[in-house]
Amino acid sequence: MSRCAVVVFPGSNCDQDALWAWGEGAVPVWHQESRLPDVDAVILPGGFAYGDYLRAGALARFSPIMADVRRVAADGMPVLGICNGFQVLCEAGLLPGALAKNAGIAFRCQSVEVEVADGDTAWTRGMAPGTRLRLPIAHGEGRYWSPDAVRVAFRYVGENPNGSMDAIAGVRNAAGNVVGLMPHPERAAASVLGGCDGLRILGAVRDRPAVALKGARA
Amino acid sequence: MTFTADVRVHFKPGTLDPQGQAVLRAVHSMGLQAVADVRVGKSVRLQVEAPDAKAAGALVERLCREILANPVLEDYTFEVHA
Repeated sequence: MSRCAVVVFPGSNCDQDALWAWGEGAVPVWHQESRLPDVDAVILPGGFAYGDYLRAGALARFSPIMADVRRVAADGMPVLGICNGFQVLCEAGLLPGALAKNAGIAFRCQSVEVEVADGDTAWTRGMAPGTRLRLPIAHGEGRYWSPDAVRVAFRYVGENPNGSMDAIAGVRNAAGNVVGLMPHPERAAASVLGGCDGLRILGAVRDRPAVALKGARA
Repeated sequence: MTFTADVRVHFKPGTLDPQGQAVLRAVHSMGLQAVADVRVGKSVRLQVEAPDAKAAGALVERLCREILANPVLEDYTFEVHA
């Protein structure tokens, strides 16, 4: 079973969901730690790190653990930013662009359909482009914008819930090991909770042999 | 010596400002159609120690770039005074 660190910032509120969805091998890591434990993947969970003070993700990127997250990301370790974690990755410069307030002002909390735009990332491996997933969203600042062309990992299908550029729901870095998305795969991890599609994203990393995963460059 | 810096952060021109638009609609519902646009930004006041105003300005410039504003979405202006 692959091991995964779930970074807990003050104000994270989806860390327990991510730990539960990953299951055995998932460990919480407090943001004040300077080193990640021996893991195969890192998740920055959803929530409101530092209360979204200043801007969503703006202060979290200065947490001590982020230096080590940068290091393992540069080494090719799979890193997933979910919702607020996606905002943190953008603020930290590990992913391009930024997340602005939803175009319609409203906090959107609903189920959406997304399409895998790129199956060649650590977190979408095994899914062909065009694969559709039903995932929950819950955010007020999910309008993705970048002045430059970006590598899209996920797009909203049908209604664009927040006015994102090009209906972008998630992006990847050049190497494909770092992915961020606004929808919550960890909240779609049991049929009794409305669906299991999120496990296809988490499972793309979790269910790979650890030996092949370590130091993998996508 | 201690300098006071007043920083203003605002969305880049052309960037959608849903908060400003919501305020504008409320203003119009007050019957004040004379208000043509509203943009909501942030104001940050800093006290900084520096040998002179130029050094204080350089420090504030760095803070604006690296933490106070997100260069993808926002512009900033600031004034430094003793």
